Amino acid sequence: MSLDKATVAKVANLARIRVEENDLEPLANELNAILGWVEQLSEVDTENVAPMTSVAEMSLRWRDDEVTDGGYQQQVVANAPAEEDGFFAVPKVIE
Amino acid sequence: MPRQLLGGEVDMGMIIQGATGDWEVVIGLEVHAQVTSKAKLFSGSATEYGAEQNTQVSFIDAAMPGMLPVINRAAVEQAVRTGLGLKAQINKFSVFDRKNYFYADLPQGYQISQFQQPIVGKGVLTIDLKDGETREIGITRLHLEQDAGKSIHDQHPSMSLIDLNRSGVALMEIVSEPDLRSPEEAAAYVKKLRSILRYLGTCDGNMEEGSMRADVNVSVRRPGEGFGTRCEMKNINSVRFMQQAIIYEANRQVDIIEAGGTVDQETRLYDPVKGETRSMRSKEEAHDYRYFPDPDLLPLEFDDAFVEKLKSELPELPDEKKNRFITELGISPYDAGVLVAEKEVADYFEAVAKGRDAKLAANWVTGELFGNLNRTGKSLSESPVSADALGDLIGLIKDGTISNRIAKEVFEEMFETGKAAADIVEEKGLKQVSDTGAIEAAIDEVIAANEDKVAEYRAGKDKLLGFFMGQVMKATGGKANPGVVNKLLKPKLDG
Repeated sequence: MSLDKATVAKVANLARIRVEENDLEPLANELNAILGWVEQLSEVDTENVAPMTSVAEMSLRWRDDEVTDGGYQQQVVANAPAEEDGFFAVPKVIE
Repeated sequence: MPRQLLGGEVDMGMIIQGATGDWEVVIGLEVHAQVTSKAKLFSGSATEYGAEQNTQVSFIDAAMPGMLPVINRAAVEQAVRTGLGLKAQINKFSVFDRKNYFYADLPQGYQISQFQQPIVGKGVLTIDLKDGETREIGITRLHLEQDAGKSIHDQHPSMSLIDLNRSGVALMEIVSEPDLRSPEEAAAYVKKLRSILRYLGTCDGNMEEGSMRADVNVSVRRPGEGFGTRCEMKNINSVRFMQQAIIYEANRQVDIIEAGGTVDQETRLYDPVKGETRSMRSKEEAHDYRYFPDPDLLPLEFDDAFVEKLKSELPELPDEKKNRFITELGISPYDAGVLVAEKEVADYFEAVAKGRDAKLAANWVTGELFGNLNRTGKSLSESPVSADALGDLIGLIKDGTISNRIAKEVFEEMFETGKAAADIVEEKGLKQVSDTGAIEAAIDEVIAANEDKVAEYRAGKDKLLGFFMGQVMKATGGKANPGVVNKLLKPKLDG
């Protein structure tokens, strides 16, 4: 697997990370090095091995259906760059 | 311009007659149903509709750093119940994935959903068509996922306002096979699914409040050929709009293909005001979701005992209930379908019918009761006539105390005043007269007053019997027992 400049630009855009044009090529090289390293794993024969879902030998914890949280509107919006009457206010997005 | 549709037989599907021949419409639905639960899927904040903005938001729902999701037992149970209600495969091992996209009302930057290993697999839903016919529609899967927040675009001149109360609420996404062939079938599917969810108590099915929304996939093809390219219309929250959207979209695709073009696979928005769909190209790039297993969550696992317990607690579902009404109570398939669609109605009907003539009960519930509720804009729970009260009225008809015609009059008054049937009959002196002496006297009077008609009748105009029946009923204020009148009238007319 190998990433080209255009793919790196696309992924950066999807992740909303700004990458300058002249940083794309070096970044593609770095990512390709990482991918190449990870790809060594494909040398291992995993034909009859179930995919590992976790390194922890434990099962998912469940919670009872009780309302135990919420009710702090001002704390929720406290860090918002802009707030309006308890709403987060963001640049207008219209389809 | 959309051409006229040839709906034809509903079970034949919808055929569009294009310039170059017939086209078949293929529809698949993804229904998002909000899980009925007190708290959210992965947090302990409340789910109630209509609360003040951002008051039902935990730091988890707002995606503050360092917060971890913990799954709500009720959401798992509701998904399994729904799967059982859809006769579907229940997966005792399922996995949560992150579906990544960027939007202002999605604070995490991803939705926790299930991609390759959903909690529920293949199932089936039987839709009810006209004339009591049914058809089976395949269910592909059901998975659990988080809802997003809500964006409000029209309350501020330059900003969009975000309310995260809905953020993190549990949804079931229920995906159908592309088995639907007409807008009517799609509507029947949504109605039936809603009915089942409401019976199960797993979703309130309230489309106005957004508890049920559908993504509609539409494509067209020559009958019998492979599938065409589909377009998806997102977030349709009314059955009527869904049908309009399907009709418009199918015709649009036929026009494109017949003009020599090709349909682009894309997401389109249905605009109910203009009655058209339009491209949402801005969303295209956002649809590269880059799913991967959520590292914050272990796989969701439960055992057979968990499923069996839920199974043993399932209520009787609309299909079984309908079947029972038909086979055990002798109700017509059409009436049975009407009565079971809403659990509340079915319960009311069963209370009326208990120990009484079930067919008569069905007629009264779907006829007089529904008619009066519709006329006054009342729901069943607001009905001034309780099931017991209606049952008593039917009892009075059955034991011959009042005639069917008088019963309608009594019912009107019950609906108006909430009084008991027996009291109204007593007060107004509406008891049916079966006393042969009184009826005979009335018949004699009618015969004496209509000598010319009697002569015509005797000359062979049999149809006049109905006229005499009517006159006798009128003379007795509608209280004469029609059976007795019938028996006495004919010999007297014949002389």
